[in-house]
Amino acid sequence: MPSLNMIQALNSAIDTAMSADPNVLSFGQDTGYFGGVFRVTDGLQGKHGLTRSFDAPIAEAGIVATAIGMAVYGLRPCVEIQFADYIYPGYDQLVSEAAKIRYRSGGEFTTPITVRTPYGGGIYGGQTHSQSPESLFTHIAGLKTVVPSNPYDAKGMLLAAIADDDPVLFFEPKRIYNGPFDGWHDRPVRPWAGHELAEVPEGPYTVPLGQARTMRQGADLTVLAYGTMVWVSLAAAEEAGVDAEVIDLRSLVPLDIDAIVASVKKTGRCVVVHEAPRTSGYGAELSALVQERCFHHLEAPIQRVTGWDTPYPHAQEWDYFPGPKRVAEAMRRAMEG
Amino acid sequence: MPDGSIPPQDRPNAPKLSLHIPEPAGRPGDAPDFSALPLSPAGAAPRPAVEAAPRDTHGLAYDLIRVLDETGQAVGPWNPRLDPDHLRRGLQAMILTRAFDDRMHRAHRQGKTSFYMKCTGEEAIAIAQAMVLTREDMTFPTYRQQGILIARGYPLATMMNQIYSNASDPILGRQLPIMYSSKEFGFFTISGNLGTQYPQAVGWAMASAYKGDDRIAAAYIGDGATAEGDFHNALTFAAVYRAPVILNIVNNQWAISTFSGMAGGGLTTFAAKGIAYGLPTLRVDGNDFLAVTAATQWAEQRARSNLGATVIEFVSYRAAQHSTSDDPSRYRPADEFDNFPLGDPIARLRRHLTGLGEWDDARQAAAEADAVEQVRAAGREAEAVGTLGQSRPSVKTMFEDVYAGDDWRIREQRQEVGV
Ligand SMILES: Cc1ncc(C[n+]2csc(CCOP(=O)(O)OP(=O)(O)O)c2C)c(N)n1
Ligand SMILES: [Mg+2]
Repeated sequence: MPSLNMIQALNSAIDTAMSADPNVLSFGQDTGYFGGVFRVTDGLQGKHGLTRSFDAPIAEAGIVATAIGMAVYGLRPCVEIQFADYIYPGYDQLVSEAAKIRYRSGGEFTTPITVRTPYGGGIYGGQTHSQSPESLFTHIAGLKTVVPSNPYDAKGMLLAAIADDDPVLFFEPKRIYNGPFDGWHDRPVRPWAGHELAEVPEGPYTVPLGQARTMRQGADLTVLAYGTMVWVSLAAAEEAGVDAEVIDLRSLVPLDIDAIVASVKKTGRCVVVHEAPRTSGYGAELSALVQERCFHHLEAPIQRVTGWDTPYPHAQEWDYFPGPKRVAEAMRRAMEG
Repeated sequence: MPDGSIPPQDRPNAPKLSLHIPEPAGRPGDAPDFSALPLSPAGAAPRPAVEAAPRDTHGLAYDLIRVLDETGQAVGPWNPRLDPDHLRRGLQAMILTRAFDDRMHRAHRQGKTSFYMKCTGEEAIAIAQAMVLTREDMTFPTYRQQGILIARGYPLATMMNQIYSNASDPILGRQLPIMYSSKEFGFFTISGNLGTQYPQAVGWAMASAYKGDDRIAAAYIGDGATAEGDFHNALTFAAVYRAPVILNIVNNQWAISTFSGMAGGGLTTFAAKGIAYGLPTLRVDGNDFLAVTAATQWAEQRARSNLGATVIEFVSYRAAQHSTSDDPSRYRPADEFDNFPLGDPIARLRRHLTGLGEWDDARQAAAEADAVEQVRAAGREAEAVGTLGQSRPSVKTMFEDVYAGDDWRIREQRQEVGV
């Protein structure tokens, strides 16, 4: 099986979906001839033709809105928003329209669109190339929001998202496009090559949306993470010397609540980790759910490790990014509590 | 059919529909082809009175206002008749901007910073405009108008401190390199989000009118970003409220790998977009320092006379890569800039000044050497403070300026970091 990085795995997913279904098409800023600024759609125009993989005007509202129109017609557009930090002009179309068209039409019209977008920090991108806006979408009934953390899941989840009959926000952790970054920014970068989760089948397969993956079994505490923070959490468990059970949520909505509850009931302790700012971040929802469903099993307060409640800085990138040290400290606090 | 519509089998024999996707004239390996770019000879475009009705300017959306002809002479009604000192200062600022760009681009390659963007080939636009407007006016630039700061004598070392996100960065390492901010120099804080500042400039101009002041705003947007809704918001509000603002569109033919036709550039001109809003519209040779100056003066006088906004398209060419993250050899013919019909703004102004007897090769060489030396000296100063990662504003500053006042969440988070 070929070893692919996340970019190649995503490319393979779109290619596979386009090959299988003529109703699948891809567009976005610079995604056509050039193949995208992160190269995720590289070669698709050459292979599938100009009308199936093309460039879009710089208008995120237009990209989402035309994708909705196409989906209503019966196509399955998979569009790219170049950076999640630029998704906001398209927010109205996602929130007011894509999320509600099925409901308001009594199921008559549907919008099976996939909106792919690179998110997250750790690339010295400053405030407009680093944000993690996932909770702005998990808050919206009618939208699905998913975040893969490795090449295998990236392909399987993207194929599931494109096949899904509802609008899916597909957040791609760009810091781990090329390797499983664990948050130790001053250590050498590991590429995906050779990693078992980089073994990506060539053909079609799906990773169902709504199923978490246990990345590490453990008895001491449960870590709930997604995207880049999965790798940071694994590194933090080592740093803290804690037998942590690290759960990669993979899908925020729909959420694998059973996996979460089973693990927290087993460990009695929970640390929630994300890059996005703390206030109203998805971690708030996770802690509420754990508290509601596992209260009598909890032996310590739930810990949250998140980005700060500030815009994303440039110079202080590594003081902002919730790295393994901060996650490890939270693990120790959870163990003491 | 019972509802009166034509049954499918009886419909006229039209071809099947097909989806149109525009493509540029050339890709890597092709010969550059600018035949689709509408041009006019220098001096040909008429110059309406500053008080003209917007509709009497609309022809100019399809012309190209040019002053410098092929031989470098200033011709026609738009000749701003600038004194040689003004021209020399403009040329020197363009030379300095190019030298600065080259140095900072190299600094990125040497690992001294995370990012850089050049404005090579587009220097005349920002610099000529900065020399018409005052510092009390407010410019709302994109990332390609560093020429405004340089023309106004903003310290190069301070620009570098921002690029290095070091301890002397005036905006405290908060922004990506080149996203400068200087109220004192009439330079609004740059946003990385395209188009957002265009309608903000209109609001700023409305405020100046509301207060009965005489200050005007100038906004900048790229050809690609005109597709954003914010562009259209700006034009609507500017027209409706007759805001004293100059709405500049810098058409440098490319938006990263995407040609201007993807923003509708092949269907009409960008200047013509202003017509539907009832705004005056000028389409200008952006590589002609004199034409840029003349058009800006026209729009400036209009704005200051309470006649409202003007849309100006500057036709130019993005000679360098989009940014240090980009490789144009993957998507456009390599020698497009060499074949761009409007040439290089520095070479054109140099030729004009030389023709006037106000410049020569020795002065050019001296200006270039002086620019390199100024940049080098600034580089020494900034690097003494530190390049990216070597030096930075204190971590405490990361938690400041989120709000005007204190917020317990941020205070606690700062304490958690221990700063
Ligand atoms: C809202 C938004 N969408 C996308 C981007 C990513 N992006 C940065 S520059 C750029 C191209 C802009 O082209 P243009 O407006 O022509 O300006 P130029 O770079 O040519 O000066 C794109 C797509 C962004 N910064 N903001
Ligand atoms: Mg452009």
